[in-house]
Amino acid sequence: MIGAASTMAPVLSARSLAIGWRGKGALAQGIELELRSGELAVLVGPNGSGKSTLLRTLVGTQAPLSGDASILGQAVGRLSVEERARRAATVFTDRFDSGYFSVFDIVAFGRYPYTDARGALSDRDVAAVEAAIASAGLAELAGRPFSELSDGERQKALVARAVAQDCPLLVLDEPTAFLDASARVEVFHLVRRLAREAGKAVVLSTHDIDHALRYADRLWLMDGEHRFSSGSPEDLAASGAIGRAFASGGLVFDALTGTFRPELGAEPRSVEIVGPEGVPREWARRLLERLGFEEGRGDGAVARIRIEEGGCGLAFVLETEGGAPERASSYDELASMLRSLR
Amino acid sequence: MARPILSLLALAAALLFVADLAFGSVRIPLAGVVDALLGRSTDAAWASIVLVFRLPKALTALAAGAALSVSGLILQTVFRNPLAGPDSLGIGAGASVGVAVVVLATGSSGGSAFLAGLGLGGYALLSLAASAGAFLVLLVILLFARRVENGVTLLIVGILVGYLAGSLVSLLVYFGSPQKVQVYLGWTYGSFASVTARQLPVLFAALAIGFGLTARTAKPLNALFLGERFAEGLGVRVKPARARALLAAAVLAGAATAFCGPIAFLGIAAPQAARRAFRSSDHGVLIPGSALLGSVFALAADLASQAPGGGAVLPINPLLALIGAPIILSLFLRGSSREGRQ
Repeated sequence: MIGAASTMAPVLSARSLAIGWRGKGALAQGIELELRSGELAVLVGPNGSGKSTLLRTLVGTQAPLSGDASILGQAVGRLSVEERARRAATVFTDRFDSGYFSVFDIVAFGRYPYTDARGALSDRDVAAVEAAIASAGLAELAGRPFSELSDGERQKALVARAVAQDCPLLVLDEPTAFLDASARVEVFHLVRRLAREAGKAVVLSTHDIDHALRYADRLWLMDGEHRFSSGSPEDLAASGAIGRAFASGGLVFDALTGTFRPELGAEPRSVEIVGPEGVPREWARRLLERLGFEEGRGDGAVARIRIEEGGCGLAFVLETEGGAPERASSYDELASMLRSLR
Repeated sequence: MARPILSLLALAAALLFVADLAFGSVRIPLAGVVDALLGRSTDAAWASIVLVFRLPKALTALAAGAALSVSGLILQTVFRNPLAGPDSLGIGAGASVGVAVVVLATGSSGGSAFLAGLGLGGYALLSLAASAGAFLVLLVILLFARRVENGVTLLIVGILVGYLAGSLVSLLVYFGSPQKVQVYLGWTYGSFASVTARQLPVLFAALAIGFGLTARTAKPLNALFLGERFAEGLGVRVKPARARALLAAAVLAGAATAFCGPIAFLGIAAPQAARRAFRSSDHGVLIPGSALLGSVFALAADLASQAPGGGAVLPINPLLALIGAPIILSLFLRGSSREGRQ
């Protein structure tokens, strides 16, 4: 029933919401947001900007300072703990000792709101648990002790646990925090599939801006200065909002590539790159960036890198004013030549 | 998988129970024990030894062992600490204060009445005082539990309250007369033999209330085992669930302590052993399992206390620690090496 109603109205919404701890001032205020069934919202912001607090407020485990958050049109503050558990499934980062519980047992906790007083699983519950485990791609691990899982498998199992809870809204607090690169991608894939295929409204917070920009339907941005903005990742990246939110000493957001890079010195010297567009040229660009140069053209440039792709593989020629051209056969050699320019 | 182990433990408890009736300063053959129990004994001395002394003692060991073990199980789960037990919460210390006040601080005539014969009135008073002390401590803990979300903090509160109670006792001991101190120390050694057939119904009634409170706590305890936030996300009303489980633990430990003295090691070791024996973290299994294992430990300790023969009886408490501490240590070592392999 809950699922059917959700196709029209937003699953999650907030109106002029202020979050934080009473007596300590708001972490963020004027929060307006909406999330519909089938959408993935990714919440980003610097440390301490209030991401976890916002998520806790949205699911009702923390009271708002003012304003309202609603799930399926009902203010979360008015929902009982049991009703909340049927509307929003949460995954928080707390590490816990899972004892002797198997992966199946942990995922089966998702059925908690639906089982009887003894907690016995019905056939329907078992089917739901197995489906959730399969959706996370963990079918082969179902019987394993949860404590033996890798961090990535663990996180996927916890997402499966939330899926088994069968709620229209999934809220995940930094599910990619302790994961390696490939496990991070898998988690993003998994939650996007849950949004697209199962029609869940999914919110997750992360420090992984790169994946946030690639996967989010809505990007929710907290800037650490009490402001919240919501928009498509492209809008927020192009407008410079992301760059401003994360502005800090030594780091700038490159709206062109959607990544962060170290800030260049006050007056970076520029180096021209000559050669066809492609992988070698892109990595030459990255090398300049790493060494604190800027890619530039013509007169201002202190040197020129000519990329030569010939029969004998990749080679570079570094031409400097007044000096003889030098040849480099690897980026490493090129780097030491560039360093001697400084 | 759990059922065979449960049956095995029940069998072990039954065998130890019968052995506890048969062994002692006077050895009674099995047939004699059975005759005495069925009321067709021809030997009046045997009948009186079995029915008046050994049967209440064995029943007390059976019940108190189960109670302390289940109490420890609940405390370990709620505080998410393997070293939690009735004594680490200060419940034992609270009971000690009650007993110390009655034994040491009452007028000289009251004190000598204890020494004279420990009439039923005196015992009732002693038990009542011990229970009152245990409950008072638990009331303080519960008061904190309503304000403090964190189980570890709560455990520290319990330890501090325990220290406070302990220092009160040592003050009373310091100012008490040597004779009274002797009586008090006798209680602190712990014994299952001090409960008479007439007091037995009082103990059993108290424990029945305690065990009754544990009914239907298995499901929330399973969720609480994984953390309070985890449980809340599943729709558990954390504070009431925790308060009810703690109340059960207090009643069980308080009643057992009042009648048998502060029996320390059992409440920590028996539930730990149960977790490992059943290789389970499901409280639906662990509650009956811990109860049976607690009974087995208590009966075994009581049997061992008869070991010197010739009427000499070892005090239970040092004995339990002597047998139990190495068991706990070996369990911990095995547990950590298992975790180390992962």
